[in-house]
Amino acid sequence: MLLAAGLVALAGCGSPAGKPAAEAAKAGGEARRGGRLVAALGSEPRTFNPVTAVDAASLGVIQAMTANLVHIDRQDQEARPALAESWKVDDGGRRYTLVLRPGLRFSDGHPATADDVVFSFQVYLDEKVQSPQRDLLIVGGQPIQVRKVDDRTVEFRLAAPYGVAERLFDGFAILPRHLLAQAYQAGTLASAWGIDTPPAKLAGLGPFRLRERRAGERLVLERNPFYWKRDAAGAPLPYLDELVFLTVPNADAQALRFQAGELDVADRLSAESFDRLSRDAARRGLRLVDAGPGLDLNFLFFNQNDLAGRPLPALRRRQEWFRQTAFRQAVSAAIDRDALVRVVYRGRATPLNSHETPGSHWLDKALPPPRQAPEEARRLLRGAGFSWDAAGALRDRAGEPVGFTLLVVAGNAERGPMATLIQEDLRKLGMDVRIAALELQAVLDRLFTSYDYDACVLGLDGGDADPNPSMSILLSDGSHHFWRLTHGPLAPWETEVDHLLKAQLAERDPAQRRRLYDRVQEIVMEQRPLIALVTPKVLVGARAALGNLRPAVLDDHLLWNVEELYWRRQR
Amino acid sequence: MSRRHRVSLALAAGFLALLYAAAFGAGFLAPYGFDEQDREHSYAPPVRLRFRDGAGRLHLRPFIHRWVERPGVPGVYAEDVTRAFPVRFFVRTPLGRPRLFGVDAPARLYLLGTDRFGRDQLSRLLYGARISLFSGLLAAILAVGLGLLAGAAAGFRGGWLDQVLMRTSELFLALPWLYLLLAVRAVLPLDLAPSGSFLLLVAVLGAVGWARPARLVRGAVLSARGRDYVLAAQGFGASELYVLRRHVLPQAVGVALTQLALLVPQYVLAEVALSFLGLGVAEPVPSWGTMLAELERYEVLTSYRWLLWPAVLLTGVVLSYHTLAEHIRERLQAGEV
Repeated sequence: MLLAAGLVALAGCGSPAGKPAAEAAKAGGEARRGGRLVAALGSEPRTFNPVTAVDAASLGVIQAMTANLVHIDRQDQEARPALAESWKVDDGGRRYTLVLRPGLRFSDGHPATADDVVFSFQVYLDEKVQSPQRDLLIVGGQPIQVRKVDDRTVEFRLAAPYGVAERLFDGFAILPRHLLAQAYQAGTLASAWGIDTPPAKLAGLGPFRLRERRAGERLVLERNPFYWKRDAAGAPLPYLDELVFLTVPNADAQALRFQAGELDVADRLSAESFDRLSRDAARRGLRLVDAGPGLDLNFLFFNQNDLAGRPLPALRRRQEWFRQTAFRQAVSAAIDRDALVRVVYRGRATPLNSHETPGSHWLDKALPPPRQAPEEARRLLRGAGFSWDAAGALRDRAGEPVGFTLLVVAGNAERGPMATLIQEDLRKLGMDVRIAALELQAVLDRLFTSYDYDACVLGLDGGDADPNPSMSILLSDGSHHFWRLTHGPLAPWETEVDHLLKAQLAERDPAQRRRLYDRVQEIVMEQRPLIALVTPKVLVGARAALGNLRPAVLDDHLLWNVEELYWRRQR
Repeated sequence: MSRRHRVSLALAAGFLALLYAAAFGAGFLAPYGFDEQDREHSYAPPVRLRFRDGAGRLHLRPFIHRWVERPGVPGVYAEDVTRAFPVRFFVRTPLGRPRLFGVDAPARLYLLGTDRFGRDQLSRLLYGARISLFSGLLAAILAVGLGLLAGAAAGFRGGWLDQVLMRTSELFLALPWLYLLLAVRAVLPLDLAPSGSFLLLVAVLGAVGWARPARLVRGAVLSARGRDYVLAAQGFGASELYVLRRHVLPQAVGVALTQLALLVPQYVLAEVALSFLGLGVAEPVPSWGTMLAELERYEVLTSYRWLLWPAVLLTGVVLSYHTLAEHIRERLQAGEV
């Protein structure tokens, strides 16, 4: 399961305006022009509306059709100019002034100006529209103020200093006012641009525009002739004539159709598929890339919600264990993360000791690597008053046997086996762990509504390689503070984490920001409110003839620079 | 009964008897516990039983070599031929439990290979048979028992009872059970013990399945009631209970038995489907359904064929029960039951 926390940070991703690729300088753009690229979507997109889209399929399509003011280069993880050719920060990080490129046009030919930018942010900020990205635009408790200075200049005012606000702009596609103002006035913007919208009613600033949709089967996107970006030789981008998305619900089916040549690229291959395809990749004309550790986080956490007034006495009794730092540390020490890597991912994953993964340069390199230490786990438990009976079962101070249920999403090919391995590791420690595999919605209900669960193994989609997205998880009042969504008195370390996270948010000096965030990681590793497990490596594949392919660990791994992709030989 | 019939009946009954006996004796027959993980041997293929050693000498007692993972190639194994491990009978586990056969540590006797966690597939197959075969049998007995009661009551009493029972049975036949079951699982307590989920499985399957046998039994009872000899018996002053016992039930029992033989394999398959959806017994307890669920992934299905054993046995079970059902039906028609 890929929960939606990551997308809070990096929703619709526009197209990059990075440094021109070295290859582009050598050959002229015309020689590369043409062809079609076929990619897969895990499900049919639910909407073309960048304001309300949350599912990966919708976001994947939207990112090819829209653009943002600033773009985060998926490879070096730095912010780059996109629709805004430059920006200026002053007033101590409270005012951002962005200057748009000259001559911008939407994919229907209509000019794009500062009015469209102001309109777009008005929409994202409108509470009635309920955009999932709205929270990101609340800084210092106040919504960001957006003002048009002239046709090409927009000013953003923040109530509090925000260190890297330019990264924020990556998540907000600029909308065409001329097409959506009416719907906005009528209060129907949230439902506008549904999946059945005729292509003529859609327009964006992205490299492609919609030509045709066959329900449940495919989407055909064509080159946007008004696209603003050019390659190093001055030729207009994108190179490709067509971008086709097929709906392929299952990861194995995706790998098979990639192998059969029906798909030109394959994202998120399983380790088994990756190994199998790698064996004869050269003969089949495929290129398979292990892009290294990604940003996805698999973790375990215990229910520490305040349950006063809820009829869950047995659970409240067990929470006495879950609230003990030594108990959580012991569980973490008992887990054989190397086995998770080997058994679940055939070695193509990295064990974690922090919620920040090695895919991000924000990982605190001073943290020790995780290590299974059953003796340490026993020492911690003994120190916390636990003991073992003659049969080897763990008992707490009151003599109560220690056991709990581990919640996972049923049928998940990664978290399910992880739970089985963890169950066995903890059994050796004398804990009686039962696995409860429930359907996704039932799991979410328990996590967010009823709080009726003991512990859960969950996966989070990687967002931006920046500390800010993890704030919704780590802040004590964050929307995804899974282990404790209720508000009660805070422990000193929780207050400190809150304080550090807010301080790094305002800090503009990267070195100081890093120091603050390193400290957060140290505290989280010490206290283990979430027990980080493993992060899989990003395994992708493409036809070898696809030029300019630069797989990245940030989403979208393959198509983030789709406007630069081209076929080496005309197909 | 033709000779061919007799042979097929004997084969089917023998196969089932053997399986049920093996499931019953899993604790002794299985070389390992169902939850013993061997993480160094994830998806290890079946070991090769050998009689001839490297020097060409023949051994009466079979021996095996250990699987060792090729360095740097996860999941690919080669035999370590430097050491031979003879298969021993009547061994004891480290905890002192007697087992029919095994090999000395560090080798492990994976006759049918291992699953993702390096758990012995043969042991899991045997332990899993307990859940799969017995849940199917018990659930079928429950469903047919309920059906027999409801059908006999409806057919014999008639009137409003008949109406109520038959309309309820229609409701049960029309409900989309799978979705309902998913919802039921979501509201049940999380910490169901394996025995609890087993009983739940039996109860759910049995409760869902009573409608069909009930309708068939009702039909049989109705037709029996209208027969001349029944009317004659009643005319001679036979009591209701006598008529029911002497004339009506024997008719219904035959129908019920055929239904039973048909329902058991259906329920064994239903257990597989439910486990597949996460509604069966929870890890690490095996059932054929949870074992097969792993094959959902294409890469697993094509690379690790030894995981198909539950499907092979399942096919045998279904065929055997159908042979039994066919036989009962024929005997019924011949008036032998």
